Amino acid sequence: MMSGWSVIRIATILVYLFLFAPVAVVILLAFNANQFGSFPIEGFSFRWFEALWNNDAIVRAFKTSLLLGVLTAAISTTLGTLAALAMVRYDFPGKRTISTLLVAPILIPEVVLAVALLLFLQFLSMPKSFGLLLMGHVVFTLPFVVLVVQARLVSIRRDVEEAAMSLGATPVQTFFEVTLPLMLPAVMAGMLFAFTISFDDITGTLFWKPGGVETVPTQIFAMLRNSISPEINALGAVMVMFTIALPIVAASIARVMAMRKTSASK
Amino acid sequence: MAADVAGARRTPWVLLSPSLATISLLLIVPMLFIVVYSFWLRTATGADQVGFYLDNWIEVLGDRFYRDILFQTLLIAFYTTVICAFVGYIPAYFVANTRMKSKAFLLLLLVLPFWISYIIRTMSWINILGTSGALNTLLISIGIIDDPVQMLYNQQTVVLGLVHYLLPFMILNVYVSLDGIDKNLTEAAQSLGCTGFQAFREVTLPLSMPGLAAGSLLCFVLAAGTYITPIVLGGPRDAMFANLVFEAIVTQLNWPLGSALSLVLLALLGALVIIYTRYLGIDQIAKSFK
Repeated sequence: MMSGWSVIRIATILVYLFLFAPVAVVILLAFNANQFGSFPIEGFSFRWFEALWNNDAIVRAFKTSLLLGVLTAAISTTLGTLAALAMVRYDFPGKRTISTLLVAPILIPEVVLAVALLLFLQFLSMPKSFGLLLMGHVVFTLPFVVLVVQARLVSIRRDVEEAAMSLGATPVQTFFEVTLPLMLPAVMAGMLFAFTISFDDITGTLFWKPGGVETVPTQIFAMLRNSISPEINALGAVMVMFTIALPIVAASIARVMAMRKTSASK
Repeated sequence: MAADVAGARRTPWVLLSPSLATISLLLIVPMLFIVVYSFWLRTATGADQVGFYLDNWIEVLGDRFYRDILFQTLLIAFYTTVICAFVGYIPAYFVANTRMKSKAFLLLLLVLPFWISYIIRTMSWINILGTSGALNTLLISIGIIDDPVQMLYNQQTVVLGLVHYLLPFMILNVYVSLDGIDKNLTEAAQSLGCTGFQAFREVTLPLSMPGLAAGSLLCFVLAAGTYITPIVLGGPRDAMFANLVFEAIVTQLNWPLGSALSLVLLALLGALVIIYTRYLGIDQIAKSFK
């Protein structure tokens, strides 16, 4: 009889397979020469990546998503970091209520959030626009930034700030010279999180996007309505590589920055 | 000095005000608006009649059509959550207890699907289960079946897609809980005569409950609010509640009806969240973000 632990190990391997098999199949089919982008595999080809590069609609959607993601990340990281700082460093009445309020956008079904914001702006007679899309994404990503930054901020000791203050630094100086550099990794993580969520969002985006504007997910969704084309697989493969590369690149940038800082201070 | 104290008291509010303003203006006020809208009436001419009409509510709460889809939505979310709990617990347990050096890497792999596009992960199942997909091709080539079988576009594939999408949420929440358990406790239980399984049932499982509950809540709420998965992987009869909302708002432009529908969804899932926070506190969900 197998021991309990080996059963757990085998089951774990199966779960990993379940999680990654569909992704692996997308990547495999993206390189398939077959003109339908499905099985059987007929040979190795880059033709679908080429088709992707020449597909104006997809390139446009990619640019829209990129701009939207960067702006969303910048705004919600700024707002979220300030809020996280207040939540971790200060005590004030009503803290629990505010904590719930800050995560509320996660707990409300995204469809409801999307409907509410859409109706409100329609009521104000503001037409659907890129601005609406951006506002929606900011509200939706804000709680994630607050949670990520807050969680890491807790582990940064307060003593160093107090030491800086006792040596005569003003609160603002202390923030920029001590606190911000220390919490930079958390802020970067929050920013990356916000960017990825925004880049991947489809539910709210379908409600908020003005006619004719597509992001990468809504573009894929629109393409799926016809049929699953090999281009979608190629796009999927690109996005998988993109999402895996992004955190790695961000982490190495953070490491290089940290190294430069230590060598500069020597 | 007095000015200093007053300043310090003001600081958190200064830091919080941009976020609170954003959430109030873009979330709280709009939510009040859907409540108001749900009592308006969509007239035949396509204009909204302002007033206090119960018609939308009577339609949403009284019509069998809506009730059936609501029930179906909750059922799909329930299946998804239960399967996620069973399937997610095992790898979380393995990674939390393994002595392998690559523990961090194994955990990273479990979280990686978070970062991979939801729509890509959903549509990828068409590549596997479709008539010219991986599974049919495989079964034909080894001679088990002669013609491709239609495996897609039913309720099971919707649940499958949702499980695939939500499993990382479950795994992460359970892992955080399991990782926080003092290993001495299970050893103590075993030294007192428990078998490995008894120690798990009596010590580990109860201690991991908060994570399991948090993961389940997230899975249920996210599954019940989805509308992409049923469109991509479901058949025409597998619509979920959010599909009705989208249909009413974006396709028919019947905002009052769409408002009433979204409020029903919100009330149901909101009640669940409130019951949950009453017993376990909101903090548990925040833990998985560390």
